[in-house]
Amino acid sequence: MTTEPVLAGWFTTGEQPHLIGSRCAACGSYYFPKLESLCRNPVCESTQFETVELSRTGKLWSFTNAGYQPPAPYVAAEPFVPFAIAAVELEREKMIVLGQVAEGIGVADLKAGLAMELVVETVPDAAAPEGKLAWKWKPMETQP
Amino acid sequence: MSGEVVIIGAGMHPWGKWGRNFVSYGVTAAQEALRDAGVDWRDIQFVSGAATMRCGYPGYVAGATFAQALGWQGAEVQTSYAACASGSQALGAARSRILAGQADVALVIGADTTPKGFLAPAKGERPDDPDWVRFRLGITNPTYFALYARRRMEMYGDTQDDFARVKLKNAAHGLANPNARYRKAFTMEDVAASPMVADPLRLMDICATSDGGAALIVASADYARRIGKGDAPRIAAISTVTPTFASSVIEMPDIATDSAVAADPHSFRAALPRKAYAEAGIGPEDVSVAEVYDLSTALELDWIEDLGLCARGEAAGLTRDGATRIGGRIPINPSGGLACFGEAVPAQAIAQVCELTRQLRGEAGERQVEGAKVGITANQGLFGHGSSVILTR
Repeated sequence: MTTEPVLAGWFTTGEQPHLIGSRCAACGSYYFPKLESLCRNPVCESTQFETVELSRTGKLWSFTNAGYQPPAPYVAAEPFVPFAIAAVELEREKMIVLGQVAEGIGVADLKAGLAMELVVETVPDAAAPEGKLAWKWKPMETQP
Repeated sequence: MSGEVVIIGAGMHPWGKWGRNFVSYGVTAAQEALRDAGVDWRDIQFVSGAATMRCGYPGYVAGATFAQALGWQGAEVQTSYAACASGSQALGAARSRILAGQADVALVIGADTTPKGFLAPAKGERPDDPDWVRFRLGITNPTYFALYARRRMEMYGDTQDDFARVKLKNAAHGLANPNARYRKAFTMEDVAASPMVADPLRLMDICATSDGGAALIVASADYARRIGKGDAPRIAAISTVTPTFASSVIEMPDIATDSAVAADPHSFRAALPRKAYAEAGIGPEDVSVAEVYDLSTALELDWIEDLGLCARGEAAGLTRDGATRIGGRIPINPSGGLACFGEAVPAQAIAQVCELTRQLRGEAGERQVEGAKVGITANQGLFGHGSSVILTR
């Protein structure tokens, strides 16, 4: 299995994967992807950030799917299989992060407010025949 | 009154998929606007173009491109690019010139030729570009529209039928608009039978991309009076504000929102009309007609609420009751909206103002909103670009 991420430095892998973001050393605002220049909070002038692992669980804010194959740089398996997409609210960071939903889970399995966790799965890649790793969101338990 | 800027002419090239050079659409629209205003092209002192990014270098310098196509006559030119709000920024530039006393009469113009299918990012491996990142993950424009739509369903209990009703209403409006690309009545069954693009949105819930062109002739109130157009619709406000940190609704093409840990959460869509109302010194209760950016059917419902035309969560009910139809309490998108036009990015915000101009002059024919005195537009594009324009008469 591949260990190469689709976006280098954007997330950790392994049993308990995390997205890698930044936290402003002055005002505490979080950023994903990482930010290392000037804090975007207009009342903050900090240029100091710590690299942090974002919460790997959150609440489902909204969701949809891709019914048609998206254009490049998306790389589809043959044949294309529709996949779900989630917007997940992270409580500590007070922000929403998008991602694909884990394979095999469709919109019928989802509901706003559902507890979601970050997982890592292999996705097709144009240059790497064995694919690359991407973060995905997965419901922590199936719906009753 | 001096210190006011008015719209004395409006013109459009019909929307479609004509496959011709965008310049030809702009020229047609400009000539119609000039005829409508009764102004000679050689009298135009400022050309304010809205840029297109898909038609090569002439599109990047649209102001000069249109000035050349209409025949160089020594006018000053400017080009604005702000995604879907490009036309409003071009209008704002023209208004500023006139208010500064640097011009009496100006042409505002935008046109586009669009490719088929999904809009896609520039080529190459570019992980620093959020637009590239989201497409790499398979997140297209309809993804964002669908996240907003699903959120309405989860928050307010809206249904796919509620969204379909927006399509039916806009399709009925567009039937009477010769500039609309799609002039066909729809049934609930038609919408339900169209393929699912991004659940809960079907193909008939999502706007297409189109070719089209739109133009406005704007002038100082003194100039308008001198040529016998003292009662022309007046630009009461142009809002092109940015979001305020922490922008808390996920916005194209971002993969995450701002973090609201150190600042209050803000909604960008709601901020756009707020500034416009303040500038015009009026409120939602004064609005007689609105042209809003229905990139999706569900998004029209969000806009109705962001414009303050009803309380949060009530827009679907308003549509069900027929209040947003021509003849209803607050007609929305009498032009037929993006549902009937499809989006021609640099022309679209100008087209919204063209429609309000005709409505406020009482010249909208079968789609006339009776007694329209105050019109408002709203649109939003890629990260941080949006606009809201108010016309009064």
